[in-house]
Amino acid sequence: MADIELIKNGIRIDGRKLDEMRPIEAAAGVLEKADGSAMFKMGNTLAIAGVFGPRKVFPKHQEEAERAILRTRYNMAPFATSERGRPGPSRRSQEISLVTRQALMPVVFLDEFPKTAIDVHIEVLQADASTRCCGINAAALALADAGVPMRDLVSSCSAGKVQGHVVLDVAGKEDTEGELDLPVALYPKHKQISLLQMDGIADGEEVKKIISLALKGCEHVYDVQKAALRKKFSLETTE
Amino acid sequence: MISIDPTLIREIADKGKRLDNRKHDEYREIKIEKGVVTSAEGSARVQIGNTKVVAGLKMDVGEPFGDTPNEGVIMVGAEFVPLASPEFESGPPGENAIELARVVDRAIRESKILNMEKLCIKEGEKVWMIFIDIDILDDDGNLIDASSLAAMAALQDARLPKLDENSKVVTGEKTSEKLPLKGAALSTTFVKIGNSILADPSHPEFEALDARLTVGTFSEGSQTKFCSMQKGGPEGLSFEDVSKMLDMAQKKGDELRALL
Amino acid sequence: MMEERKLVIPGDMLGEGHAGHGAYEEGTKVFSRVIGLAEDKGGTFFVIPLSGVYNPKRGDGVVARVEDIIVSKWIVDINSPYEAVLPLSEATEEFIDFTKSDLTKYFNYGDLIFAEITSVTKTKNIQLSMKNRKCRKLRGGRVIKVTPAKVPRIIGKQGSMVEMIKNMTNTQIVVGQNGIVWVKGDNEEIAIEAVLEIERKSHVSGLTDQIKAMLEEKMGKPAEFKEAA
Repeated sequence: MADIELIKNGIRIDGRKLDEMRPIEAAAGVLEKADGSAMFKMGNTLAIAGVFGPRKVFPKHQEEAERAILRTRYNMAPFATSERGRPGPSRRSQEISLVTRQALMPVVFLDEFPKTAIDVHIEVLQADASTRCCGINAAALALADAGVPMRDLVSSCSAGKVQGHVVLDVAGKEDTEGELDLPVALYPKHKQISLLQMDGIADGEEVKKIISLALKGCEHVYDVQKAALRKKFSLETTE
Repeated sequence: MISIDPTLIREIADKGKRLDNRKHDEYREIKIEKGVVTSAEGSARVQIGNTKVVAGLKMDVGEPFGDTPNEGVIMVGAEFVPLASPEFESGPPGENAIELARVVDRAIRESKILNMEKLCIKEGEKVWMIFIDIDILDDDGNLIDASSLAAMAALQDARLPKLDENSKVVTGEKTSEKLPLKGAALSTTFVKIGNSILADPSHPEFEALDARLTVGTFSEGSQTKFCSMQKGGPEGLSFEDVSKMLDMAQKKGDELRALL
Repeated sequence: MMEERKLVIPGDMLGEGHAGHGAYEEGTKVFSRVIGLAEDKGGTFFVIPLSGVYNPKRGDGVVARVEDIIVSKWIVDINSPYEAVLPLSEATEEFIDFTKSDLTKYFNYGDLIFAEITSVTKTKNIQLSMKNRKCRKLRGGRVIKVTPAKVPRIIGKQGSMVEMIKNMTNTQIVVGQNGIVWVKGDNEEIAIEAVLEIERKSHVSGLTDQIKAMLEEKMGKPAEFKEAA
């Protein structure tokens, strides 16, 4: 369906190689009022995450006697897309909130703070594919920034298929005209996958190849996340 | 809510068994009935073990979406009806119902087994709109697979309504024309409990799961291909777990397709 | 005398052995569970967290605010996800008969107190007592919030840091383990500035001298006064 060639001689429309990621930026502790916060940028996709807690649960009936509850809200600002989006939750954002929470749950020590809530809020300010990945990356940093005890960070990235080629970090026209999108999240030290979704067509071998490529991208994201945390906290520990 | 201790289920699974004596890769008994709702253009009732769902398919003529002026529209919704489980509350669909609807939709949409261009009546103005609504009536686990079967069966059961000269639907009159389908796309769900991977989780197994992967497959000629994936659950999966589940999905998808 | 401690993030491996506060074990390996500074005490690895909410412990002295009064106890905000309870029997050395006395006479809504945590149950029910000699109502003054993890640095070895600030600014200062610091005196702003500076630079070596220099500058050196006169 593409009118233009998305890949020519192994080079993509934005000049990247097939297994190359967009430039990534991250910073921790970007907000004042939230207990923990972070910004994560992948190419033109920008997300900010704020974490509150552990804190008392409202409404009280959601409270769990033996562990903290993790509540996650993913939201895309109306101005994030080229065509203005409708404000408020959509079915898409509710599904993404659900899978994001499940992406973060395996690493948080929820048992340590019974009867509390840890609230994660993700706001996508600019959307150019991989918004849920960006959100998860920002959220993991924000949780660590808040001092919430975690087993590991969570790093997320997507891979896909464009004009038959397997590519890393789908973006721009690749997202709208491409054949397959596969976002993944990994908790890197344990090498466990906590987010895995796919839409598009591929055979068994291709799927495994795409997942492997996405996991490699996650390792690169992890390096950037670590650097962002060290940067913020090193300023407090060195002179 | 008193439920079966997850540790018990884990121990049984580690021994290679399950509560209902199934094998790890075995589905419960599946019953599919088509045409169970006369008020709908297409319908099906599916039972997997004690899980019961009904899918109703309604059709109408409407405007296409701006970016696909020559394609029909399909929308899938799901309702976790309160009578299905003491845990379901009344009200608008919660995140689990929304996820189920979107996952069932994804497999059908991404596999392209439904020819959306053939659903165009007049480009840019009039297209067929297909609404599939899934009612969960009894929750004994694996709602996604049951819903996916029901939606697919409803699509196969559907007959186009009669149109008048102005391309408006004539209420209550169906033609014998079927939907432009090529093969069937189905979701199959696998759960990881402890060290075991189980197909078709029953309710207690669903409550005890560490992680779940729902995989959508369809047949293209003699090949089985993948069209969707959705991981759920509070814990992670290793790459090996995922590979295993993908292999199982291919096999189970074909087995379920044979039942349609 | 602070050694160079390594900055670690959640998931960083600390070594093989046992996990202390701020760390967790997986098999024989120990990993960090927070962002903080790693310490190795003979095979037990600790991480001093650089952020995080206050997790109450028995024996902690906390600066807290009375939130509610219910029949025979006060509900107290200790800057933690969990509320604390000050029962009637722990409020003073005397016996209080709640059927005859007005509880607000002892501690009223909004009162600030320095109290001791006497118990924390597994389900995080926290009990306070005012019986310890150091406990008292804190009247007047101001409070600020700091990261609980930084409290040891603000207090200093055997209280040396906080004593220095008190003396140099002529203020009363009470530092709660829960990250709430109460300050009262003529130079509250300067004392507070010093506390916040320590929070910012908590793991810099030679910090005591730096704070001393900062306070001398802000308060004016005693020698200068003599010269002016």
